[in-house]
Amino acid sequence: MASDIRIKAKLTGDTAEVKTLMKHDMETGTRKDKKTGETVPAHYITEVKCELNGKLVMTANWGPAVSKNPYFAFTVKGAKAGDVLKVSWVDNKGGGSSAETTLG
Amino acid sequence: MKLTRRMFIQGAAAVTALMAAPRALLAWPEKAFKAGSSDEVMQALFGSADVTESGSVVLNAPDIAENGRVVPISVSSSLDGVENISVIVVENPSPLAASFDLGPGASAAVSTRIKMGKTSNVIAVVKADGKLYSAQKEVKVTIGGCGG
Repeated sequence: MASDIRIKAKLTGDTAEVKTLMKHDMETGTRKDKKTGETVPAHYITEVKCELNGKLVMTANWGPAVSKNPYFAFTVKGAKAGDVLKVSWVDNKGGGSSAETTLG
Repeated sequence: MKLTRRMFIQGAAAVTALMAAPRALLAWPEKAFKAGSSDEVMQALFGSADVTESGSVVLNAPDIAENGRVVPISVSSSLDGVENISVIVVENPSPLAASFDLGPGASAAVSTRIKMGKTSNVIAVVKADGKLYSAQKEVKVTIGGCGG
């Protein structure tokens, strides 16, 4: 399942600019299926964790108001080439995924 | 007999509480996401709705969003000791869109894309050194991003 997160990281000096794209429907729970007329149950990412060499850098808590296939960009300080950056998410149904990349 | 039974129940309750505890510590702030107004969101997240509008908080959002399903938002701050950055869309059914907890290794800059039901003020709240600062901007939405 690692392929559903894309990470792009650019290291300049000791800061890494990280851009991530996750594949997720991010259903709000208010949308109706046009064919059946039934409400589509909520299904969205609740928590995204970013770790640098296993140390937590940032936790993003999300509600259903984050767009489908979320884009998330942030900056990490004190990074160097060879550092491992890991991004993982969990959703409200207990699903999850993670991916990592090596800076350089 | 009675005593043991009571002890057993108490013991079981304690075990359940213990199992629930670690989850609660890392918990996703459900109350804040369920809150119906921006003040309630801030109360739930920070225990206070006492915010100061500040030029040190920079909120980048479009003036007009043609598609409310995908509204690019970025927040940055020049303040020191930023612990949290939260994005609140005042007119959304659940105003809190996202809340970022920053560790010492993170710079105070995040961007993402959010959904907006209709034209609304977007508030970026930054918690730095225990105090709350904010910036806000009205984003006009042509097509809503909720329901449909």
